[in-house]
Amino acid sequence: MDGFVRVPISEQEPKVRATNFEEVCLGYTEEEAVKEAGRCLNCKNPKCVGGCPVSINIPAFIHEVAERNFEKAYQIISESSALPAVCGRVCPQETQCEGQCIRGIKGEAVAIGKLERFVADWARENGVKPTPAAEKNGHKVAVIGSGPSGLTCAGDLAKLGYDVTIFEALQKAGGVLVYGIPEFRLPKDKVVAAEVENVKSLGVKLETNVIIGKSITIDELMEEEGFEAVFIGSGAGLPRFMGIPGEQANGVFSANEFLTRSNLMKAYEDSDTPISRGKKVVVVGGGNVAMDAARTALRLGAEVHVVYRRSEAELPARAEEVHHAKEEGIQFDLLQNPVEILTDDKGWVTGVRVIKMELGEPDESGRRRPVEVEGSEYDIDCDTVIMSLGTSPNPLISSTTEGLEVNRRGCIVAEEKDGETSKAAVYAGGDAVTGAATVILAMGAGKAAAKGIDEYFQNK
Amino acid sequence: MYEIVRKEQLAANIYLMDVKAPRVTHSCLPGQFIIAIAEEDGERIPLTICDYDREKETVTIVFQPIGASTLRMTELEVGDCFHDFVGPLGQPSELCLEENLEETKKKNIVFVAGGVGTAPVYPQVKWLKEHGVDTTVIMGSRTKDLLFFVDEMEKVAGQLCVTTDDGSYGFHGMGTDQLQALVDAGQSFDHCVAIGPMIMMKFVSLLTKKLEIPTIVSMNPIMVDGTGMCGACRLVVGDEIKFACVDGPEFDGHLVDFDQAMARMQQYKTEEGRKKLAYEEGDTHHGGCGHCGGDK
Repeated sequence: MDGFVRVPISEQEPKVRATNFEEVCLGYTEEEAVKEAGRCLNCKNPKCVGGCPVSINIPAFIHEVAERNFEKAYQIISESSALPAVCGRVCPQETQCEGQCIRGIKGEAVAIGKLERFVADWARENGVKPTPAAEKNGHKVAVIGSGPSGLTCAGDLAKLGYDVTIFEALQKAGGVLVYGIPEFRLPKDKVVAAEVENVKSLGVKLETNVIIGKSITIDELMEEEGFEAVFIGSGAGLPRFMGIPGEQANGVFSANEFLTRSNLMKAYEDSDTPISRGKKVVVVGGGNVAMDAARTALRLGAEVHVVYRRSEAELPARAEEVHHAKEEGIQFDLLQNPVEILTDDKGWVTGVRVIKMELGEPDESGRRRPVEVEGSEYDIDCDTVIMSLGTSPNPLISSTTEGLEVNRRGCIVAEEKDGETSKAAVYAGGDAVTGAATVILAMGAGKAAAKGIDEYFQNK
Repeated sequence: MYEIVRKEQLAANIYLMDVKAPRVTHSCLPGQFIIAIAEEDGERIPLTICDYDREKETVTIVFQPIGASTLRMTELEVGDCFHDFVGPLGQPSELCLEENLEETKKKNIVFVAGGVGTAPVYPQVKWLKEHGVDTTVIMGSRTKDLLFFVDEMEKVAGQLCVTTDDGSYGFHGMGTDQLQALVDAGQSFDHCVAIGPMIMMKFVSLLTKKLEIPTIVSMNPIMVDGTGMCGACRLVVGDEIKFACVDGPEFDGHLVDFDQAMARMQQYKTEEGRKKLAYEEGDTHHGGCGHCGGDK
């Protein structure tokens, strides 16, 4: 091995995986992991750590992998991350840790994400758990939402000795890890449930089916149930639609609905919850959620087109997801935008009228603004349209919590460094604060808030 | 787990259950709904709250089995548990808020309940009675055997009119006919609440628009999470898109686009039919569903 190229990872063949919901990436074997770990230069000033939102000591854990001390590698990762098996699978490593790797200058970056995944999977298979706090400090903290930010915040606080309870609105813990990200990217029982169990093994309590703001308010949690501090990690919220004619037709779904039916409700396994198995599906949008929806529709038997208004270079989805989607046979209809959903006389979708776009001057996001090409409309036949256009914040908590400031867009206002909100002893992080973002950024915010909450108690 | 402490069969195909759910009874009000899941990985079934007892910590639900999931629910007995039971969801009825009571007391209110819609009407009428407001209740069903809550409603309604479409009990006709008859007889109303099948709420709303009676309807579209995440329950109300789960379930009946809402109810009919058939026939299923190929 010349050191410039990473150890290749095995994946299910595209043609095979396009028809099943098994995980796409099969992960490194022990030998492969040790070999890949050997590529790490163990830099004195490791740039990769700076690229990690939760600052995992990357060279240290990779060194232990190279030495075959997998349990030690796991404990090093656990010091910083509550969900390594998740992050190893869904983090955009290419723009974070791996994007900073010195190896990446002249060759391929060390496969940090794949190594993290290997270590976490090894720990799970060998029954290794994170280490709980030596003693409890007796302070009660409520965590709202069991998604990536909530689980991270809860895990970190529990390790510091806090008495933490997570409140989850849905019937299962995991938030977007359960309802949003599909099985073939993130196995639910094997990986997510196991990570949740790990957090619980630190002493964290979990109560499902509680909707904060409805079942009980934040003020009631603090006044009636004795919680001294609260972390809000309630996630993104209401799906956006385009506001074009025909959008209420039968066969138009939000990506949230489509994915929730498939992932949380297990409709792909033919559970009691129905799902629309379209013959030809148009997914509108170009983010990771759009890729998840497209690849799910494909596996349910459809021909799938992704319609995105900018060009390939601007696709917000991770490169790996786009690559996988293409391999599986998803077609990308780029530089076009729907203007109308076409329907039959009974109100069912028959197609989408799109207009071609070209790229103009850069807009405030720095990406070139798509401009309609006049008179270029044409129709795409389809029976299902999935709108994946992002979300706007859910007002359930902000509207029922006195003194909690939200910004113009309805997101909770919180300090980036410690998650502090305008309300005393209430902290927030993740999509509820930033709007829809990534799992690891939410985890970073959960981590920062745990530190903020701990400092709040120290100074009290 | 959420224990069933009472179960009654109210009519041919209508069931009542009291379910222990302290988190729901802590804060629920008339007009809100819950979501129940019978067993692990079951479907999320939204049901309007029909009554609640804050001391016993029980919520009353009434439902009519129509698909595999609700059929499964009918098999649960006293002592069994729902796997999940979450709420309250949605906005409470504006009529049943303390802060609106002075205004509400000035109104002549008529409720029009159709079929299972009688169940969610009951807590509103009861709440108003307890707060000194007498109301008129028109409750109807297709036929006598499907009527329920007649005695209960008698106790809380100022004036109760029972109707059946076939004339087997009470007034012969639909709720709309009865309402028209009351108005023709000189009674006047300045607020109407209609709860029942969408088609019935549509026709009540059409009538009350003509009669110029402001009307509130309780919409029950398809839902998944019920917390504002999936958008399945979106409705056109006036010029706006509303989510029944967070903005509703109660809306101005004169603004709701019922035809579109009813078309959207058809979205999963085929899939649901298959699942129901497969469930009912179990291992004896040998085709006919058009899906499994067993009859080919």
